[in-house]
Amino acid sequence: MVDNSKFFNSEVTAPVFGHSSIGQNDADLTTQHQGEPQGERIIITGKITDDVNRPVSDALVEIWQTNAAGRYIHKADTHEAPLDPNFSGGGRTLTNAEGIYQFTTIKPGAYPWGNHTNAWRPAHIHFSLFGHTFLSRLITQMYFPGDPLLKFDPILQSVKNPKARDQLVATWDSSITKTGWALGYKFDIVLRGPNQTCRED
Amino acid sequence: MPKPTSSQTIGPFFAYCLTSSEYGYTLVADNSLKSPSGKKIKISGKVYDGEKKPVPDAMLEIWQADPEGTFLAPQSEKHQSFMGFARAGTGEDGSFLFNTVKPGSLKPIRGLPQAPHINLHVFARGLIDHLTTRIYFSDEAHTYKDPLISLISDKNRKQTLIAEFQEEQAGCAVYTFNINLQGADETVFLRW
Ligand SMILES: [Fe+3]
Repeated sequence: MVDNSKFFNSEVTAPVFGHSSIGQNDADLTTQHQGEPQGERIIITGKITDDVNRPVSDALVEIWQTNAAGRYIHKADTHEAPLDPNFSGGGRTLTNAEGIYQFTTIKPGAYPWGNHTNAWRPAHIHFSLFGHTFLSRLITQMYFPGDPLLKFDPILQSVKNPKARDQLVATWDSSITKTGWALGYKFDIVLRGPNQTCRED
Repeated sequence: MPKPTSSQTIGPFFAYCLTSSEYGYTLVADNSLKSPSGKKIKISGKVYDGEKKPVPDAMLEIWQADPEGTFLAPQSEKHQSFMGFARAGTGEDGSFLFNTVKPGSLKPIRGLPQAPHINLHVFARGLIDHLTTRIYFSDEAHTYKDPLISLISDKNRKQTLIAEFQEEQAGCAVYTFNINLQGADETVFLRW
C-alpha cells in the first residue's frame, strides 16, 4: 500500500448519476414482475451522511438480495430453494436532497454456505453506495435485528468493533411500518469523507 | 462525529444487479462510459489472487477525466454523453475489458505535472474492503514524472500501475493491465 493522501485529487471527484440511471420500478422490488413475490413485505429507509454529518444527496444506492426462500437468481447460486418468478432481488435509487433513500422489497431468507459445518448466512441485503468522492465508495451488507445467526456469521463478525457491527443491523421502526401492508426498517449509512484519516475495520 | 459504516465483502452474487447487461441479466440499467471525442482505447487484463489463480467474479470500476482533463461535474454542459464511469465484472478466466477514451492530463499538483490516469476500484469476494489504485499509460511522456508514480521507489512496483501499450487496432490504442490482489507481484494499492 502506498499512502496517497498528499497527492490524491482525482479521487476526490466522483461520478454523478442522474435520474436516467433509475428505472421506474427499481426502488420497489415487489413490482418488477407481473405478480407479487412471496414473502414478508418490508420497507427499508434511511439517511446517508458523510463523516462530518452532512446528508449525501443524489447518492446512487443499489441493493441485491435473495428471495424469501434464501435463493439468489444468480446463475452460480446452487442452494436448493425455489426461485420466485415474481422476484429478481435487485434494486436501485438515488437519495433525495436530505440524503434519504427508500426501498420496498420482501425480507430475504437465510441461506447455507460452505464456510464451516452447518454454516448459514443470516438474512441480509447487499448495499452499494456512491458518495461525492471516489474514496467514499462503499459496499456493505444490512442485517435484521434479532436474527440468531448474527453471532455465528464470519462475514458480520469480520467487523471487530461491536458498535460498528451494530451499525450494520437495521432497526425495526413503527413509524416506517405501514398498517396492514409492510414492516418498516431503518438503516442509516455513514460514508467516508475525504478527510477520513483511517479506515474502520 | 459519526463513524463510517463498515465495509462488507461484495460476495459472489452481485452480477445480476451491478453488472447486469454484461452477464445477460436485463434487470437494471447499466452505467456505461461513452464519449463523443478523444482517443479511443481498450484496456484489458486479468485479475489474479495471491496464488496467481485468476479471480472469476471480481468487479472493477473506473472513473476518469475526459480527453481535456476535466471530470464531469454535475450539470456539466460539456460532454453530455460522457460520464467518466464504468464497471466490469471478470470472466471465468479472470479477464476484463474496458472500452473508453484516453483521459487528458490533470492540473499539476504543487507544480508537479500529473500524468493522465484512470482511477480504479477492485471488489472481490473475500475482500472485506475494496482496493483502490490507478491505471497510468506506458506511452505517456509524464507517466514516470507523476507525483504518485514518483512515490514508489521500486521499478517493478511502479510498473504495476502502468498499462502497457500493445498495438494500434483500427484507430484504437490497446493496453494490457493485470491486477494482482496479493503476493510478490501485488499491485500497488492506495490508502489515504
Ligand atoms: Fe449474500
